[in-house]
Amino acid sequence: MTPEVLTLSEAPWLFTGVMLVKIIVAFVATLLIVAYATYAERKIIGRMQTRMGPNMTGPKGLLQPIADGLKLFFKEDIIPSQAHWFAFILAPMMILAPAFISISVIPFGGDLHFTYDGILYAVPMQITDLNIGVLFIVAMAGLGVYGIVLAGLASNSKYALLGGIRSTAQMISYELAVGLSIVAIFMLSETLSLRGIVAVQQQPLWGLESLSFIPNWYIFCQPLAFCLFVIGSMAEINRTPFDLPEAETELVSGFCTEYSAMKYALFFMAEYANMITVSAIATTLFLGGWGGPFYGWINFLIKVFAFMFFFIWIRATFPRLRYDQLMFLGWKIMLPLALVNIVITGIAILLW
Amino acid sequence: MFKEFAKGLSITLKHLLPGNCTTVQYPKQKLEMSPRFRGLHRLVPAQDREKCVACYLCPTVCPAKCITVVAAENEAGEKYPEVFEIDMLRCIFCGYCVEACPMEAIEMTDAYELANFSRDDFDFGKQRLLKS
Repeated sequence: MTPEVLTLSEAPWLFTGVMLVKIIVAFVATLLIVAYATYAERKIIGRMQTRMGPNMTGPKGLLQPIADGLKLFFKEDIIPSQAHWFAFILAPMMILAPAFISISVIPFGGDLHFTYDGILYAVPMQITDLNIGVLFIVAMAGLGVYGIVLAGLASNSKYALLGGIRSTAQMISYELAVGLSIVAIFMLSETLSLRGIVAVQQQPLWGLESLSFIPNWYIFCQPLAFCLFVIGSMAEINRTPFDLPEAETELVSGFCTEYSAMKYALFFMAEYANMITVSAIATTLFLGGWGGPFYGWINFLIKVFAFMFFFIWIRATFPRLRYDQLMFLGWKIMLPLALVNIVITGIAILLW
Repeated sequence: MFKEFAKGLSITLKHLLPGNCTTVQYPKQKLEMSPRFRGLHRLVPAQDREKCVACYLCPTVCPAKCITVVAAENEAGEKYPEVFEIDMLRCIFCGYCVEACPMEAIEMTDAYELANFSRDDFDFGKQRLLKS
């Protein structure tokens, strides 16, 4: 019996229930990963700098994220008297929402089958399969900048303003390269739906049956796009070699200088949520999403965690770029490379 | 350029391996002090009294003027310090008193956790210095 796809028009209540469950599971899982990403980051960076990292709160310091959260929750929430209070409150929310919302189009696994009322239903392990998924993600990444810029403007502080200005320039220049590197992917896959892109990547490598033991992950045919995407997305989410908007040594704390308590926690959550989102997107676009040796979402999580480890590793290793180096890398190296990549991909598609 | 990137990454990855941590878990685990470490002073006791003969060399040499000595004589006609007080808030732990002492009656231990709650607790009298 072929499973029936659950739709809103045929079984509205069941559909709504399943949808809510999916949203809650994805949201809670993301929040948990965010919380423990902070722990993992502190622990791994600590070890890499031959320190211990948090190890006092609970066994091996495992309760540290909860303690941090509680502490920030009970701190005084300060709004500077000269700040624009509405924008000041809005900014952390505006930065957090796009970070979380991109998760909704990411496929975590294959179909989930269950029987209800004698009918076998198939539910995709993905909150929603937009047919413009990639475009949606790029748009949300662009929206994330507004939160930072707004925080910088509303704080009425020179450091925050400088952080905001820097982030505007940085995001604009790197979004171009990232967007163009993704273009090469959907030239190959001929679909913008992330689910479709993952399905294409489960075919044998380069369409050759003799290579069927290697999946057709786009990292193999688009290594340059992959590198550009990883570097560019690191810049987009303000991870360390590109963390100029919050450069601690120059700008105190950049755009979140004036924030305290839970608003500050929101900025931090957004940073790590962004890291998860970017890892998930890179996994889906280049590493074959949930495909792999284990059961669906386990593969997906392994790849995401590997990416996050890589980002943390980079942070522990490299110093921050200078501002002109950042602009040079973005406009003079990454953008031309991305364009060249598109041209080469186009020629290759025309020839084969 | 890429070679340097890989080198940096490999160094950090090597540090990640277990056994590379250099942190000392301080309150639980303490480092062994060097024998010449200059910590809290100690008056060296002899059989039934302190070795100190109250010669006033240590308050004389003390650059921080933190040592107070009042000499007295016991029944056997020996000089001893009736009062021997060190103000630890003034002491700079230079160790000149130890160098100056002709009887080797004062020495420095490796105690360095000298924080306290009130100012009076930093006046180390004779009995406290004998015990430290």
